[in-house]
Amino acid sequence: MANDGTDKEPKDKKAEKKMVDQKITPLEFEKPLALLAQQIELLEKQIGEGAHPELENDLDRLNQQYDQLKRSLYSNLRGIDHLALARHPQRPYTRDYFGRWDAAWIEMHGDRKGVDDPAMVTGLLRMGDHKVVVCGTQKGRTIHEKKNCNFGMPQPEGYRKALRLFQHAEKFQLPIINLIDTPGAYPGLAAEEHNQAEAIAVNLRELSGLTVPVISVITGEGGSGGALAIGVANRILMLEHSVYSVISPEGCASILWRSADRVADACTAMKMTAREIKQLGVADEVVTEPLGGAHHDPDFAAEKLREALLRHLNELTKMSPKELRKDRQNKFRRLGAFVES
Amino acid sequence: MPMDLKEWFANRRNRQQQAEVKQPLTTEEYCALWTQCFQCRELLYTRDLRENLHVCPKCLYHFRVGAEQRVEQLADPGSFEEIDPNLRSTDPLGFVDSEPYPKRLRDAERKSGLVEALLSGTATMEQNPVALGIMDFGHFGGSMGSVVGEKVARLIEHAEEKRLPLIIFSSSGGARMQEGILSLMQLAKTSSALKSFHDAGLLYISVLTEPTYGGVTASFAMLGDLIIAEPGARVGFAGRRVIEQTIRQKLPADFQTAEYLLSHGQVDMVVERTKLRETLVQLIEFHTKQNKPKSGSSQQTEPVYSR
Repeated sequence: MANDGTDKEPKDKKAEKKMVDQKITPLEFEKPLALLAQQIELLEKQIGEGAHPELENDLDRLNQQYDQLKRSLYSNLRGIDHLALARHPQRPYTRDYFGRWDAAWIEMHGDRKGVDDPAMVTGLLRMGDHKVVVCGTQKGRTIHEKKNCNFGMPQPEGYRKALRLFQHAEKFQLPIINLIDTPGAYPGLAAEEHNQAEAIAVNLRELSGLTVPVISVITGEGGSGGALAIGVANRILMLEHSVYSVISPEGCASILWRSADRVADACTAMKMTAREIKQLGVADEVVTEPLGGAHHDPDFAAEKLREALLRHLNELTKMSPKELRKDRQNKFRRLGAFVES
Repeated sequence: MPMDLKEWFANRRNRQQQAEVKQPLTTEEYCALWTQCFQCRELLYTRDLRENLHVCPKCLYHFRVGAEQRVEQLADPGSFEEIDPNLRSTDPLGFVDSEPYPKRLRDAERKSGLVEALLSGTATMEQNPVALGIMDFGHFGGSMGSVVGEKVARLIEHAEEKRLPLIIFSSSGGARMQEGILSLMQLAKTSSALKSFHDAGLLYISVLTEPTYGGVTASFAMLGDLIIAEPGARVGFAGRRVIEQTIRQKLPADFQTAEYLLSHGQVDMVVERTKLRETLVQLIEFHTKQNKPKSGSSQQTEPVYSR
């Protein structure tokens, strides 16, 4: 059921690090690291052939250097680096998390009005002691999947499918967990004709009125209204390298700087990284990812997120239905920056 | 009246002196006298245009109108009372593109004469009390930042508390990028306020005017119990250019116009501005007044449903 496009867990823990690293496509800013890894590999090969046993020391030094570089590289990321990590093609997607949390999760389909949008995945899942309704945007792994999922951009029918499941959760008093990884709603002809603005707006209104716990997690890209449509929650979590913004940085750059080359500036100016979003009071928690990003160790990333979710679920399920609704409405009522003279 | 020559010359001198007191018209003032219709190119006398609620009498093109003019057109004279006039934006992100955000705010304020892109208050329309929110595209492209979101939310809460019907005129380019994620959160804030309002069984009429896009459409503008659009108004979520670039095909000429929306089931009606006030009053009275028989007629308890 889960879409296993991610790496299988390697048996040998020692060999694991490099094996995983090699399989991962390095991003632009990761190139120096990849180069060093290549050199280490070469050296190891030479040592393996037994020709130069004195090189062992050099290898140790290089390995140390590698670890240091890796740590410093990932602790000084710019906005656009986080964006690149959030969009990494090997990053775990919604189905990867659902499958890891509960191999027997049950998928639900369709908006009951004529369409089943593959870009919005919905279902029922067990997590610890909790039974939850899950919802999430899905980017595809293979070309075929990507096309099918419209690169993670739901159609209005996708948001209505999610709404159907929200109402299901309300009826059976089940908590809701939403995973968000989407560039945004789809700017297409049919999407406009089918009134995606209304689909999003209704979700915002209805989510705010639910009496069950709602937790939303930005796992990758949180693109504008399309992300918010399943993002009105009691708790908003963000993975360490995820981003959340009012408009895509490309859109922002082309409108405000009138240039497609200023994406990095737009990323910085919009303050869209997980830590910045938390500082602005929108995100409640930043969930740590494995060093280098969730795609370096999807199992670890899924487990970390599961722990955080369980913690919040345990807190929220103690609240009464009325309190939950009030809590969610208050959370968004407070957000905004203005002065009153 | 008999008038001798001396007197005539004296009068002429006086007239000349008086004329000198008047300043010559600046280009701006001259242009203010006449307006060319954007659609049919007809040259219109601005005063006539204003009296016709800024609708071209020849081709019915609806010019954009500012929030204050809109109040004049809708509310009973002198009945409008503004609420929350003193909310101002701050610069939560320290946002700088080619110019810092605070400078852009000051420029916008000077250009539009408004503090923010939404004017909100209470008024009466034909003696029917209403809560009225009017967006002004002339201020910062009608964009919704924290202040607009807060004012909309407060207006909704005020209407709920006083049990007033709510009318919001939208006109916006979308969420305000310069306030980043906080602007996006205003979508949730306003929609959430409408949830309580909705549950309280009160009437909300959303009026879509040229142009309404992005975050405003994807929140309160599309959540009206009834939705009215002005003729020719362009309304959508994504902009036309973005869609054309994405799907790489030409869109129909009338795409995202009020009439297109009507034929696609997205709005209840398209109403000319000259009939808007009357329509709104009718709708409000339908939902708020008891269906009492007219005085003189026999007592009637069953409601009458007209076709």
